[in-house]
Amino acid sequence: MASINPALPYGATERTLITPEGVDLRLKLATAGQRAGAFLIDFILLIVILTAFTIAVVSAGLGTVGSGSLAGLEIVAVIWLLGFFLLRNFYFIAFEIGRRSATLGKRAVGLRVVARDGGRLTADAVIARNLMREIEVFLPLSFLAGGEGVDGWIALIGLAWAGIFLFFPLFNRDRLRVGDIVAGTWVVHAPRRKLEIDLAGGNGEAAGAFAFTEDQLDAYGEYELQTLENVLRAGNAETEANVAATIRGKIGWEWREEEEDRAFLSAYYAALSTRLERRMLFGNRRRDKFDTGEDGSNA
Amino acid sequence: MERVAGQAIFSSTTFREEREADWARLEELLRRAEGGSVRRLSDEDLLELPVLYRSALSALSVARATSLDMALIAYLEGLCTRAYFFVYGVRTSFGQRAMHFFTNDWPAAVRRIWRETLIAIVLMLAGTIAAYLLVSNDPSWFNAIIPSGLAAERGPDATAEALRATLYDDNERNGLGVFATYLFTHNAQVSIFAFALGFAFGVPTALLMVYNGAILGAFVALFVDNGLGFELGGWLLIHGSTELFAIALAGAAGLHIGTKIIFPGMESRLAAARRAGRTAATAMIGVIVMLLFAGLLEGFGRQLITDDWTRYAIAAAMFATWCAYFYVPRLGDGEH
Repeated sequence: MASINPALPYGATERTLITPEGVDLRLKLATAGQRAGAFLIDFILLIVILTAFTIAVVSAGLGTVGSGSLAGLEIVAVIWLLGFFLLRNFYFIAFEIGRRSATLGKRAVGLRVVARDGGRLTADAVIARNLMREIEVFLPLSFLAGGEGVDGWIALIGLAWAGIFLFFPLFNRDRLRVGDIVAGTWVVHAPRRKLEIDLAGGNGEAAGAFAFTEDQLDAYGEYELQTLENVLRAGNAETEANVAATIRGKIGWEWREEEEDRAFLSAYYAALSTRLERRMLFGNRRRDKFDTGEDGSNA
Repeated sequence: MERVAGQAIFSSTTFREEREADWARLEELLRRAEGGSVRRLSDEDLLELPVLYRSALSALSVARATSLDMALIAYLEGLCTRAYFFVYGVRTSFGQRAMHFFTNDWPAAVRRIWRETLIAIVLMLAGTIAAYLLVSNDPSWFNAIIPSGLAAERGPDATAEALRATLYDDNERNGLGVFATYLFTHNAQVSIFAFALGFAFGVPTALLMVYNGAILGAFVALFVDNGLGFELGGWLLIHGSTELFAIALAGAAGLHIGTKIIFPGMESRLAAARRAGRTAATAMIGVIVMLLFAGLLEGFGRQLITDDWTRYAIAAAMFATWCAYFYVPRLGDGEH
């Protein structure tokens, strides 16, 4: 067997992060799509907050006009200018300095910012990566708006130039933004997961109805087991019926009256995983159904 | 086969059942810690968290080696990642960090970019001198250099009296606060822009510095031609000693990043960019603080104080204070 081990999918987006305790956490880098999605959420949020803030400030301003004093109006204007400035520059920084190291958009998508060296994410790194947004987002936006007093061609060239910064993450393996390079950070996909039910345990009585022989269990390996796990967790009746039919055919299982597909698959999954895990304990892994264990590596 | 299955030598199901409660407890502690301040956790919780983290981590290792339940491994990876970043995360409070920033980080960052600061100042001076010479030889250059919005009533056609009025007139006194805030936010945005452009090998930042100087030079030429050079100096420098210094530092921060990307020295390019970025970012936060001072001086000080010598005195005092704060070495100050 050559190349990758399907049981340990070390994909192109996975990076090692070895904790001081010596365990590799295998961080998964966020994809460009996930990051764009997170940014879009943040951007929309920013606009919503800005609109709400403006409405609140303007209505406060209208209130002071009624009282006839200019001082109130001045304070309102100062609050708006400062609020806009802070929102534009510090929305991202404030959230990423926090304990979750993620803006609301990143949280929604399951992303967080981490230091590339695995150390602590420092405030200066967060500030560096976010001030860089100025050339990554606002520069292209200003050229898109036509630039200030420059004619069409110059604006177009400017837009192309600014686009280099905007699409920078697509041109490198680690999906680094300009800000990430300067700050030494990564954005990883680390969503909160719930602990799913154990498919192999907890149905002892039901499993009694299905007694698989060793030959029947030897039909598949780890790769097929995990595919089966995904099918069971997804819980789609139609897929289950198809998969059950395939497995029955492969192992020569006699279909009996009133045998449910899901019960059959669960029992097969439990039996197969018990067997494969036991073999694993003896250093005997079986990657997939083609793995005969004869190439020497598994002996 | 049945007989072998009966003697459970090791079962991932029992392995999981034994530890599930600990994982749930760790998850609960993390949820509370991430949700708000650490103060929501009791002392016992804080002691318990690293222990639970390490046991979850070892469970992850065991699970990877013995279990084929992908969902379980994914769950443990997620849990351990969250716990890792909490356990090894930043611990200092905001107050401590702010303290350290003002007493140490900021001046140190500014000192580290002193070369670039000098370059930025030279670039601005070059722009100033060039524009001064251009405008004093041919006043029509003024309109080419200065955006019309900035010039307002000051232009080559204005009389000396009108120009003098712009230096002392306090017709904006009513809106001083708004004026100061506007100037602050505008200058801060331009500085952040100058910093960020440094990434493009520093070239646009350098151009921005020259242009900034050119605007200054054109104004100086205009006022000197009308015999108002000394008066303009006071008007400009009362806030300018702080503001121009801050803009030079912002440019220096950008140039620092740009030059470190071109000439990384002994480090890899990425590592050099990262170090430069952090130093520059620290300096930038300081720049924004300086611009806040400059905005206040420009909005209030300049309009309320109209005596030339007082203006010069404030300018000199501000400049001396900044220089002392940044460059005077102090005790126990090791450069890490």
